[in-house]
Amino acid sequence: MAAHADDSESTLESALSELRDHYDSEGHGVELVEVAGGWQILTRPEYTEAIERAQLAARPQRLSAAALETLAIIAYRQPIGRAEIEEIRGVGAGAILKSLAERGLIDIVGRGEGLGRPLLYGTTPSFLEQFALRHLEELPRADELAIALRAPRPATPTSPAAATTDNGEAPPRAD
Amino acid sequence: MDSVSDRFDEPLGVADSAAAEVFVVELAEYSGPLDLLLTLIRDEQIDIYDIPIARIAEQFLARISSLKLDEAADYLEMAARLVRIKAQMLLPRREGEDLWEDPRAELVRRLLEYQQVREVVDVLERRSEDRRGRFARAYTQQAAQIAVARPLTISLPELLSAVDRVLRLAKKPHVHDVVPRALDVDGAIGIVRALLAIRARAQWKDILPRKAEPWEVLSLLLALLELAKRGELKLAQPRAFAAFEITRDSSSEAA
Repeated sequence: MAAHADDSESTLESALSELRDHYDSEGHGVELVEVAGGWQILTRPEYTEAIERAQLAARPQRLSAAALETLAIIAYRQPIGRAEIEEIRGVGAGAILKSLAERGLIDIVGRGEGLGRPLLYGTTPSFLEQFALRHLEELPRADELAIALRAPRPATPTSPAAATTDNGEAPPRAD
Repeated sequence: MDSVSDRFDEPLGVADSAAAEVFVVELAEYSGPLDLLLTLIRDEQIDIYDIPIARIAEQFLARISSLKLDEAADYLEMAARLVRIKAQMLLPRREGEDLWEDPRAELVRRLLEYQQVREVVDVLERRSEDRRGRFARAYTQQAAQIAVARPLTISLPELLSAVDRVLRLAKKPHVHDVVPRALDVDGAIGIVRALLAIRARAQWKDILPRKAEPWEVLSLLLALLELAKRGELKLAQPRAFAAFEITRDSSSEAA
């Protein structure tokens, strides 16, 4: 955008700043929000109900848990193929992939090298917009996720940990 | 999925048919076998790093027993895996084996990975919920507006004369009558036989009357074929696209 307008980046920054202050200070119903690598002028959350009641717009439908899981996997592992997604989730993904593509949240970004040259999926800028992300790095890092932070229980004589042991311990009881 | 924790207050193994019916409905809310497994693990307060595989397999199987077959495919695959792991756990270890691979390791890895996915889903859900309530410029989703037609303000005679004008101006449709034309194969057979009674050999053009109509041509053709089949004549064509010759065949008289 800076290149297009032939302005220096600082000019752009100050212009945006001015715009943001303008909306913030004079009681406007909209505000400037940074999202998806750009900026949007969006209505403020406090007016959502009023806008809906006036039927000027309606909220978009929520995604199902399965759709969100699929999206999460694609967001972190892109480019990723359908087979891998199905393996991670444990269920088929065909219908959901089609639906997500129709909503413009994912797109085909390439083909895999292996047998059948399967299609690979990735998220779109629309995805960033709909989930209020400035860029993909805003998603929690793997080491920030609670599950990644939990350490396995240390081995005890009666029930060793599930990690492979190499000291000749007996296998855990089967029940 | 907050309602999940409310549902399983009682220990499993309750064999009420009512409980089984409840399971049928609720299984549809799981997004897959991993989801069900995690729920079982959480509700039974099982340590994911030391899963009592036999117990989990049994509970898993009990839950999915009421599923219809087409829904159950993915769950059945997981059930099979669980049973296999259980069998592997029961195998005795060979003496002197240093490295023992826990057959549950892969399952645990998948469950942990899936748990990570669920955490990300929570984050995404919160973020999207915030964003759903905001609208941008050029948000074009509009409620469908059904226009109400205004009532007619003309009288019946006016309407009728208008219809009359339209009909008169309209072109008459071309209507073709399709008339079935019967073939007269017997009559044609008679003609061919009459000709062959006089002459031993003839050509197609000898049989055909001038300005023959399509039904006459067809009748004659069929007659020739029929008589050839009966052995009363022979048909020959010396070259491709040449006129064919009709020869009386007296060697096989009809009995």
